[in-house]
Amino acid sequence: MRAKHRHALPGFGLTLGVCLAYLGLIVLLPLAALAWKSASLGAAEFWAIVTAPRALAAYRVTFGCAALAGLVNLVFGPLLAWVLVRYRFPGRAFVDALIDLPFALPTAVAGITLTALYASNGPLGRVLEAHGWKIAYTPGGITVALVFVSLPFLVRSVQPVLEHLEPDVEEAAATLGAGRLTTLWRVVLPTLWPAILSGFALAFARALGEYGSVIFIAGNMPMVSEIAPLLITAKLDQYDYAGATAIALVLLAGSFATLLALNLLQLFTVRRRSAGAA
Amino acid sequence: MSARPASNALRDPWWLRLPLLLLALAFVALFLVLPLVAVFGYAFEKGVDFYLASLADEDARAAIRLTLLVAAIAVPANTLFGIAAAWLITRFSFPGRGLLLSLIDLPFAVSPVIAGLIYVLLFGAQGLFAPWLAAHDVKIIFAVPGIVLATIFVTFPFVARELIPLMQAQGSEQEQAAITLGAGGFAMFWRVVLPKIGWGLAYGVILCNARAIGEFGAVSVVSGHIRGLTNTMPLHVEILYNEYQRTAAFAVASLLALLALATLALKQLVGWRMRRATQAENPP
Repeated sequence: MRAKHRHALPGFGLTLGVCLAYLGLIVLLPLAALAWKSASLGAAEFWAIVTAPRALAAYRVTFGCAALAGLVNLVFGPLLAWVLVRYRFPGRAFVDALIDLPFALPTAVAGITLTALYASNGPLGRVLEAHGWKIAYTPGGITVALVFVSLPFLVRSVQPVLEHLEPDVEEAAATLGAGRLTTLWRVVLPTLWPAILSGFALAFARALGEYGSVIFIAGNMPMVSEIAPLLITAKLDQYDYAGATAIALVLLAGSFATLLALNLLQLFTVRRRSAGAA
Repeated sequence: MSARPASNALRDPWWLRLPLLLLALAFVALFLVLPLVAVFGYAFEKGVDFYLASLADEDARAAIRLTLLVAAIAVPANTLFGIAAAWLITRFSFPGRGLLLSLIDLPFAVSPVIAGLIYVLLFGAQGLFAPWLAAHDVKIIFAVPGIVLATIFVTFPFVARELIPLMQAQGSEQEQAAITLGAGGFAMFWRVVLPKIGWGLAYGVILCNARAIGEFGAVSVVSGHIRGLTNTMPLHVEILYNEYQRTAAFAVASLLALLALATLALKQLVGWRMRRATQAENPP
């Protein structure tokens, strides 16, 4: 604890007041409105809304496509991180900067662009449909949009770990006669798992709530390609505020559970590391 | 970037390196480069004159003005909060500090649609404060204040998140010294703290601004889509696209894509300056 002489620094009261007031007004009070609104529903009514067939289908699409997109990035995210950290090639700095494009590009722009590319008359859609693959206006299109949106999470969580990886373990493995593939698979990959999983959790949580990039390409057919955030706006358009709130609570519970699992995972990894060091 | 010793044990053999590199580049080309190029390709598919006319359109200009206005309120508000929160969390220890830290991150875990919904529940026609708002003739939902609030919510954590780890790592020795030497609180802030955190602050502000301008879901729920009045640029893109005015939609979208490119470039620049600053402080 360095708290003793810290008290010399000014601004505790001011910043505490500013933070609590701002946080309360902007974040906590509005979120409390969710609880207030859902309390106006009875338990039975709440249950009926959140387990309606259309709602269940929307969770299936949302969670399913988010998981599928996360799995695609589970492969390509670490691959990109590896290539960016370990290989030298012309344009590396450009590719490295471009990884953050999905963070910087407004989601609506991503949405209409991916739709134009993957629609039947788009350059990619034409080729894919010639092979019988329809992407736009199907759950496949939702997955493509979510792959785009959540890619940076996987790359950016693995990249720093690779940059700080000590070379001696790899060298030891090579000295002991392990082939390069064996070294990568048995020595490097295991050290990356915590970072990969935490990137996956962040990507998944983001993908659950994603709206702008998805709605253009999704087709938005109830029961087939309607995501849960869209169901919320559909209910709002019909002034069904209580129904929208109920679905929102389920979606929020999904994101929070994902992030809680992530925190537990990090706690577990830190414990194991410190136990290993002791 | 750290230069690595060219130890053979750390180098992948060519038969592994080549396919991995090609696979990674193909993925980047398909998922990142192609969409970026396509935005501009579609924006100019009917020529430069049509492009300029789409941007000069009355509704497009109103959307651009509104978007800039919203960002001009939301970004400074969250910047001031971010600085205050980072100072509080990294310079004092108090009960509830950990909780405060997680609450600051909370908006990132909330779907943009839900961020819009919560303000509708508070200020909408059936909302908690509806009677009071009606009595005082104040309009928040389907009006500019709602758009500002929803934007502040979704961009809430950006500045604080960049500053907290930075200020934690920097420590407070210089501030302690300034106070001991008799500097007042604000003098210390302007002369000592601000120069120290400058690049990190710039980084957070850039990210916050990009999201504030590009936000779609949250703003879409609270805006009401009134042309010329409550349409931001992303919402205007949506309306044009749904009205089959694809080229005009991409013309406005290309401005947003330019902003994204500028954001990425600034981010690289600031990241590079930050690394140089830390290297200057503790040389290897």
